[in-house]
Amino acid sequence: MKAAGFETAAREALGDSQLRRNMARATTTIRARRAAAVGEVPDWEELREAGAAIKAATMVSLPEHLERLERAVEERGGQVHWARDAAEANAIVTDLARSHGAEEVVKVKSITTDEIELNDALAAAGISAYETDFAELVNQLAGDWSSHILVPAIHRNRSEIRLLFERTIARGQELSDDPPALAAVARDYLRELFLRVPFGVSGANFAIAETGSVGVVESEGNGRMCTTLPEVLVTVMGIEKVLPEWRDLEVFLQLLPRSATGERMNPYTSIWSGVTPEDGPREFHLVLLDNGRTDVLADAVGRQALHCIRCSACLNVCPVYSRVGGHAYGSVYPGPIGAVLTPQLRGPAEAPTLPWASSLCGACLDACPVKIDIPSLLVHLRGRVRREVGAPHAESAALGIAFRAFSGRARYERAQRLRRLGRGALANALAAPWTRSRDLPEPPDQTFREWWDERGQG
Amino acid sequence: MTAPGRVALLVTCFNDTLFPGVGKATVAVLERLGCAVDFPREQTCCGQMHGNSGARDEGLALAARTARVFASEPAVVCPSASCVGWLRDAAPRLAREAGEEGLAADLDELGGRVFELTEFLCDRLGVEDVGAFFPHRVAYHATCHSLRGLRLGDRPLRLLRAVQGLDLAEVEDEDCCGFGGTFAVKNADVSTAMLGDKMAVLRATGAEVCTAVDTSCLMHIGGGLGRARAGMRTVHLAEILAAER
Repeated sequence: MKAAGFETAAREALGDSQLRRNMARATTTIRARRAAAVGEVPDWEELREAGAAIKAATMVSLPEHLERLERAVEERGGQVHWARDAAEANAIVTDLARSHGAEEVVKVKSITTDEIELNDALAAAGISAYETDFAELVNQLAGDWSSHILVPAIHRNRSEIRLLFERTIARGQELSDDPPALAAVARDYLRELFLRVPFGVSGANFAIAETGSVGVVESEGNGRMCTTLPEVLVTVMGIEKVLPEWRDLEVFLQLLPRSATGERMNPYTSIWSGVTPEDGPREFHLVLLDNGRTDVLADAVGRQALHCIRCSACLNVCPVYSRVGGHAYGSVYPGPIGAVLTPQLRGPAEAPTLPWASSLCGACLDACPVKIDIPSLLVHLRGRVRREVGAPHAESAALGIAFRAFSGRARYERAQRLRRLGRGALANALAAPWTRSRDLPEPPDQTFREWWDERGQG
Repeated sequence: MTAPGRVALLVTCFNDTLFPGVGKATVAVLERLGCAVDFPREQTCCGQMHGNSGARDEGLALAARTARVFASEPAVVCPSASCVGWLRDAAPRLAREAGEEGLAADLDELGGRVFELTEFLCDRLGVEDVGAFFPHRVAYHATCHSLRGLRLGDRPLRLLRAVQGLDLAEVEDEDCCGFGGTFAVKNADVSTAMLGDKMAVLRATGAEVCTAVDTSCLMHIGGGLGRARAGMRTVHLAEILAAER
């Protein structure tokens, strides 16, 4: 899932008129809903402050919180596994499935397992993984991948989904574009899976160190099904999702649904603590995934990105994301948060164009429920890419020439005079992307400082 | 609120070199209000472009140079929200990140003395009617650095509403125009898509002039409007405030 680079991928996406229309409609709708849901909370800013403070404090002593979580989960009959990277996590889940003779698994909250490409690992072991979130199901049936953290099939409209279903799970049927009718088709298909498959794999929105509780927040009820009906439940969770205390939920269960779907409260919040005899799965496994997260934690500026609660508010308000969609980012995590998270999780050399996939407009920071300063992180990561990977030659050359010209008054004034004599080869090369869609201003006859001198100082 | 006194103009390299009219207009408005304007000739560039492009050391060196040039000035006025935002917020943050505490402290101190033009007029001089006359229908585009960076709020609108003859048009959205510094050339296609939507919003106002407090965004918007022969031009807010009967 590695892209050629954001600029190229974005150019291709911009040419897809259906995608543009789907993205514009969907992000405009979610934006308005979020604005209304946030606007009615009088202490929203205090909630954001509290969310940011809890996350920052948790990161300071993350190992202690994780060990406390481990003890609490095990005291309640669950088992905890530590995975350094994707390969270890995939091996743990695959071995668990094998040891239970599972040939199929049902899945919910799949973005972390998308990050480690668990479905491919399971398939290689002969195990079929079924996505149960409506949009994840759509993507799986289409052989497509997620383009949004929360609305993974945001790039598709209802007509496209209808045609997809008619080719796959509703073969031979004639469907309508009516969303409830399409949902009913998916429900029939999924209910049968929920009742048949005894092995569930989930992600997690949070885990509480104090009580050993793990939680999934969702809208469709598939999360409730996946975490209660199977005999064995395996949850794969990034280590940054731990919260110290039960009472911390008060903050995040308000911040998350309002920021994510623009709802006061999400329809389903499932929280479980270990295993409960005669109720729910007989076996519970929690896989704690690092996969680059401790590297992010080691970057004093970049670590803020780990505060993310995956609400996607930054995607919906981003003028870049809302035009190019998620695939252009070449990353499981798209949009502004993806542009600061992916280069850190994978290393700057693996995603060197993402920190530039932004005009630094600041809409993401204003929308973030935990106040992650994404614009500053983007600038920080541009610096890391420049220092650790390098930048295109023409750009480095231009910045170098500009820096020398700006470093002293005489050189600067000489450069201003040269500017009027015409444009050099480098200037023309840099001007080409500009002038494809915009006129360039004519250089004035006189600079400001020449006018100032001519005018005399009083 | 203070009495008009001596102010130093930070014109910005962009205005100095390409849009001298913005600097002249800023001088005219300040002098009309009784300020004694000085232009420290040693100034070049504040370092914003380098800083935002990830060339941290170069950006900070230019910010430090700017702090030295303006070290003895009690008040510095700048007709660019993005340059003020860089000097006041981003540059000190980057300096701390680089472990340059002394420079960060110098920039914090400078940040307290540097004012974007509408901040200076509304907050320091306490004026809204600057005696301007501009008989045109005008759409005000809130640039990202003025809106979400400096949080200028309605200061530019208060100044525009007090201009005689000016017919102020409401702009429907607060989205980025797509300039974004080097973004405009590095991601020229996305930048152009954003510009297209912004031009549609601006043209829907029926205004003949689009104004803002950042010349760079206006060059981008104006470049698009010009290419489209849209019959709408861009004028920096300072130039509207400088216009007289």
